[in-house]
Amino acid sequence: MTTQLDINQYRITEEPFYQAQGKEVALYEVAYAARLPVMLKGPTGCGKSRFVEHMAWKLNKPLITVACNEDMTASDLVGRYLLDAGGTRWLDGPLTIAARHGAICYLDEIVEARQDTTVVIHPLTDYRRTLPLDKKGELIQAHPDFQLVISYNPGYQSLMKDLKQSTKQRFTAMEFDYASAEAEAAIVSRETGIDAALAQSLVKVGLAARKLKGHGLDEGISTRLLVYAATLIGGGIEPRDACRMAMVRPITDDADIRDTLDNAIDSVFA
Amino acid sequence: MSDGIDYRQILDCRFARVQSVFDDCLAFARRKLSRDGVMAYVEGARNIGKMGRGEEPVLMFLEEIPYLARRTGEEIIPRIVEFTRQLGRTPNAKAIAPFLQSLGAAARALESRELLEEYLQLVWQTMQRTTPRVHGIDSMYASECLPEFLSSVPRVLGQLSLHGMQNWVDYGIKAYPNDPERQRDYFLLQSADSRAILQRERHGTLFSDHERKLDLYLRALWESESVMIPYSLAFDELRKPVPYLDDNGIHLPDVYDDTSGGIRGIDRYRALLAHLMAHRRWTTPLMADNFSPFQRVSIETFEDARVEWLAMREYPGLRKLWCALHPVPREIEPEENVSYIRHRLAMLSRALLDPHHGYTAPVILKYAEQFQALMAAGNTETRAMVDLGVQFILESRQRNDSSAKVYFDDTEIDYRDDNRLMWRFFEDGDEEEYENRPRQQQTEAAEDEARLPPRLYPEWDYGTQNYRPDWVSVYEYLHPQGDAAYIEQLLLKHGALAKRLKKIIDLLKPQQKVRIRYQEEGSELDLDVAVRSLIEFRSGAQPDPRINMSHKPDGRSIAVSLLLDLSASLNDIPAGNDQSKLELSREAVSLLGWAVEQMGDAFAIGGFHSDTRHEVRFMHLKGYKEHWGHEVMGRLAAMEAGYSTRMGAAIRHAGDYLSHQQADKKLLLVLTDGEPADIDVADERLLIDDARMAVREMEQEGVYTYCINLDPSADEYVADIFGHHYTVVDNVARLPERLPQLFMALTR
Repeated sequence: MTTQLDINQYRITEEPFYQAQGKEVALYEVAYAARLPVMLKGPTGCGKSRFVEHMAWKLNKPLITVACNEDMTASDLVGRYLLDAGGTRWLDGPLTIAARHGAICYLDEIVEARQDTTVVIHPLTDYRRTLPLDKKGELIQAHPDFQLVISYNPGYQSLMKDLKQSTKQRFTAMEFDYASAEAEAAIVSRETGIDAALAQSLVKVGLAARKLKGHGLDEGISTRLLVYAATLIGGGIEPRDACRMAMVRPITDDADIRDTLDNAIDSVFA
Repeated sequence: MSDGIDYRQILDCRFARVQSVFDDCLAFARRKLSRDGVMAYVEGARNIGKMGRGEEPVLMFLEEIPYLARRTGEEIIPRIVEFTRQLGRTPNAKAIAPFLQSLGAAARALESRELLEEYLQLVWQTMQRTTPRVHGIDSMYASECLPEFLSSVPRVLGQLSLHGMQNWVDYGIKAYPNDPERQRDYFLLQSADSRAILQRERHGTLFSDHERKLDLYLRALWESESVMIPYSLAFDELRKPVPYLDDNGIHLPDVYDDTSGGIRGIDRYRALLAHLMAHRRWTTPLMADNFSPFQRVSIETFEDARVEWLAMREYPGLRKLWCALHPVPREIEPEENVSYIRHRLAMLSRALLDPHHGYTAPVILKYAEQFQALMAAGNTETRAMVDLGVQFILESRQRNDSSAKVYFDDTEIDYRDDNRLMWRFFEDGDEEEYENRPRQQQTEAAEDEARLPPRLYPEWDYGTQNYRPDWVSVYEYLHPQGDAAYIEQLLLKHGALAKRLKKIIDLLKPQQKVRIRYQEEGSELDLDVAVRSLIEFRSGAQPDPRINMSHKPDGRSIAVSLLLDLSASLNDIPAGNDQSKLELSREAVSLLGWAVEQMGDAFAIGGFHSDTRHEVRFMHLKGYKEHWGHEVMGRLAAMEAGYSTRMGAAIRHAGDYLSHQQADKKLLLVLTDGEPADIDVADERLLIDDARMAVREMEQEGVYTYCINLDPSADEYVADIFGHHYTVVDNVARLPERLPQLFMALTR
């Protein structure tokens, strides 16, 4: 019934670059050793997904990533029957594949999924470590290597988009934030190969924007956007234009803020 | 005379003072003007002398014309003479001298023949329009305020374009048609109005338009949340204020013009803020008493340069900005008995800021080098600048430094502050104490201490087709509390109505669609679910019949502000009723408040009445975030009516709050019982037009304004104000029923 699946396609072959900001690598390793579910919190683009990839590579485990959205149903996670010429055929969902084959299952932006959908992960996250497939009549005992990781961004936490307490309390959690200025500059420089001084300037602009959070900006400029800007600069674009394109225009439509950030760019790049 | 013409003969004028200055004037004119020009000049002076208005006009003419002709062309001379003679034929001979005197300033500001011609026309029109008329005929009286106007021209043109001055004049003429005393004050720039209009017409970057940007700038680049306090540059002629930083906040000019070098006003503000913030971050105060004044300015120069150096290390882009704003003093040959201390320090300052300064004076170079070496070594503090400053003064000292005549050209660095935070004094000066002394009126007005300062709003004057700036003062209060139980009883009384409303409310949930899945019947087939059902069917399980989906509206995002007219007329009891309009309004508002609470919309209630433009009272009955509860009901119960209806200001005030709400739709409901009126306004159209403008402003802000009027004869004016957005409730007794219904119809 089950389709033959090559779990190795989910393995990460090259080391993804990750600059540790604190003890997170050690913490995660211990959590994984005990197979505790992990929740990663932090603003957008601060390196949560990269961290999971890095850890999967380090532990040499396959990683299955699911980007959650509002329309996602439980069967999108668990699996469903499909129509076949001869009848029907069961197809495992990503969560089931991970549980069966012993992968790390990473549910990105879990709050985007509806609360009734997220409940299906509950039996996998406590001592039971099982996944019942009620439609198929099968109870999967999770592979010893299986682990569940979720991420969410408390920034847009609203009344509507929050995790149930019963979900929250099944996870250990790690808080992420943007790296310190020097570390972030190192990351940007390492990711894109631009020189360190330029990377520091980019970070300075990013820091200026992050101070406006709550004063017209919902989120500051993320490390990801800094990397984009650096990539554009690496492609031969003038730093100011690259900053405007990658760091200012995407995050705001507010003319005053745009103007202020443009000025910050002019101040930082002489 | 050198060219064989006896100009003195042509002049033919025997005034002693004219005779005494004529040779000098002529010599000057010959240097500036062509031969024909000089001829026209002297002939003009002769004509003006022959007008028989004394020596003053001739002297003015001789003095101003060479500059004028130089700037705008010599053909202007006969035109000026002609104009002066025309002026002389009116009863306004008094104005001739001020007119001729104003020409110099006008020429400096306008710099073209065409604009100067427009200026002459403006003067002529001003004269005609301010001349009193008797029975519609020009009388024999002189214009009331032409000389005053002409005397203000240099100051006004220093700040406004010709067009701006036209508007300024226009307002003055129209605002005080029957009040020559106040008109005179206006044209002398002595009344508050006059200054406000001047301010409005100013060119340049107004602080008030860019406050948020500057606030964001401070926050983003300097992590600071300082209060910014603007001061006006327009009226302090003698003592030009300089920006400064003190415990109250940042004091900065209210307007900056773009510089001739192309630096925008907003960037000048940023340059100033960056300098001030650099001081705040890196300057530690010094004891001032140990230093002489020269030593102090020298230390200040080094300290300014030091904090800027540190700031530029962080934000290299600042160098370009500061270099563009910093004057470039040239190296000059010193004259005897002139103090070059400012010039030397400005040169030093330039050299410290700009590596490409190009100066050759050894002392400047030496200290620039010392400074750079010190800065490059790192970890400098204000104290380190003391030695440099004192040494520099010692070494560069010149004999004339203490001379009273100081060389000022190119020495003013206008983006820098006065460094008052840098110094500590053993004994405080008198000025500070004086400034901080509590004002006397404040103690007198102690009873009013609880109230907020007034908010000023403009008022539209249809006569001038312009706003009267800061015309109306709106005071805000929280409405006093009454007995909440009273409102609860009112709601009980309307129990049946409330039930009906509840039904409507349940039906009301518009805006934004949300998908509902798993419907047996719906508008569309939900493919995912359908396939799943089919699979279940094929595999022999019980299929799920709920394979459709439909949409429902959700996410109602409306902010509503209800503005209640609480003027005295609300106490009237309409014919055929036993309740006053106030009572009925109270019931209606209670029901509405209850209903809106059920729907969960953001809802505020405010009441207003006015007692002249100086006191419009705006009472908060319910805030947007407040829930419908005992406190709100208590305030409603205590509602009272009195005074008049100045609607425009109240609409602007309520609209201001509303426009800051986060909602897709914003609705301002105005519940009133009559037309706008106030006891200090005789012309009833004025306030109606003002209200209409206020509604239009709201529209631009994205606020939908709707009026519920209890005046059966309201049709005459209400459409003028609100367009089609109004309802007249003839049968006032039904208001409690109509108001919530109207609201729901509007927000459906």
